[in-house]
Amino acid sequence: MNLLQELEKAQLRTDLPPFKAGDTVRVYSRIKEGEKERVQYFEGIVIGFHRNAVSTTFKVRKESYGVGVEKTYPLHSPLLEKIVVKKRGDVRRAKLFFLREVSGKKARIREKKDWIGKKGIAVPVEGTPELPASPAPETAEPKE
Amino acid sequence: MKSGIIGKKLGMTQVFDTDGKAIPVTVIEAGPCIVVQRKTVQNDGYDAVQLGYGPKKAHRAGKPMIGHFRKAGKGAFGVLREVKVNTDSPLDAGAEVHVDIFKEGDVVDVTGDSKGRGFTGVIKRWNFKGGRATHGSMFHRAPGSIGASAWPSRVIKNMKMAGHYGDERVTTLNLKVVKVQPEKNLLLVRGAVPGARNSFVFVRHAVKKGN
Repeated sequence: MNLLQELEKAQLRTDLPPFKAGDTVRVYSRIKEGEKERVQYFEGIVIGFHRNAVSTTFKVRKESYGVGVEKTYPLHSPLLEKIVVKKRGDVRRAKLFFLREVSGKKARIREKKDWIGKKGIAVPVEGTPELPASPAPETAEPKE
Repeated sequence: MKSGIIGKKLGMTQVFDTDGKAIPVTVIEAGPCIVVQRKTVQNDGYDAVQLGYGPKKAHRAGKPMIGHFRKAGKGAFGVLREVKVNTDSPLDAGAEVHVDIFKEGDVVDVTGDSKGRGFTGVIKRWNFKGGRATHGSMFHRAPGSIGASAWPSRVIKNMKMAGHYGDERVTTLNLKVVKVQPEKNLLLVRGAVPGARNSFVFVRHAVKKGN
């Protein structure tokens, strides 16, 4: 690992839950208004990541009063208070930009029920990774 | 005290400031440099130090250079640069210069050799507009007229034409130092600096601003 990567690694946030495109998340971000600081949340579907070490960003989309709203957040920004995963989406692509063109029934995303994270660690919705009580059953692995 | 240091450009990344804003930075591995020669008013007519950076095998250096390096007694170096200093500067031959000559918030100038682009047309080299691509246009990326005919019957000097572009000495002025990490010899400056990754750059306190 070279010095540049080391420098970047020191800045990465490890306290955020794992999530990916298709998931419904609530992003809590700190906002400064004059002197005061408050926390605002934005809830929507993650429609894609732009992965590049510390510059990684992700896009969250929601429909607000019939108008599509998208926000791009830097994943490792210190302004992100926390991220809560509301739903795991069952999607087959990394970028869900097609959601911009569809609405109503077409804009639904199937929910992934028993989602198994990396190394067989079950990641419950709204929480941090937790080791399964019993060894992760093979059958729980969703077959695609 | 105004001074400078030689380093290696490692590449660009971003850091977050105290307000949470992402700042684009160039990471430079700066120093440590060795003072190879101290120039003085009495000897040389001006005060300066010659800095060496990047160890070099002694048998790769020519004999005259070996003699020159021996005066400092700290080995041979691949890159040498000169920095002007004050008459009362404590730096003498053999002294080390570290990145801690800079601190956060300083304004610096960074000099390097820009990326070589080879033989380049006028659009890339001089930002000419070029012509239309379609609709029967027969004028695409050519330079167009380069002058009149019978008079002056020559092309005037410094006409902007195609040719070699890049790989020349470029100085970027007034870059802000975002962070200094003396333990790793790292210097983070805001924005881009000339040159490719792993190329040598020279960093000095800004000559036109601050400090």
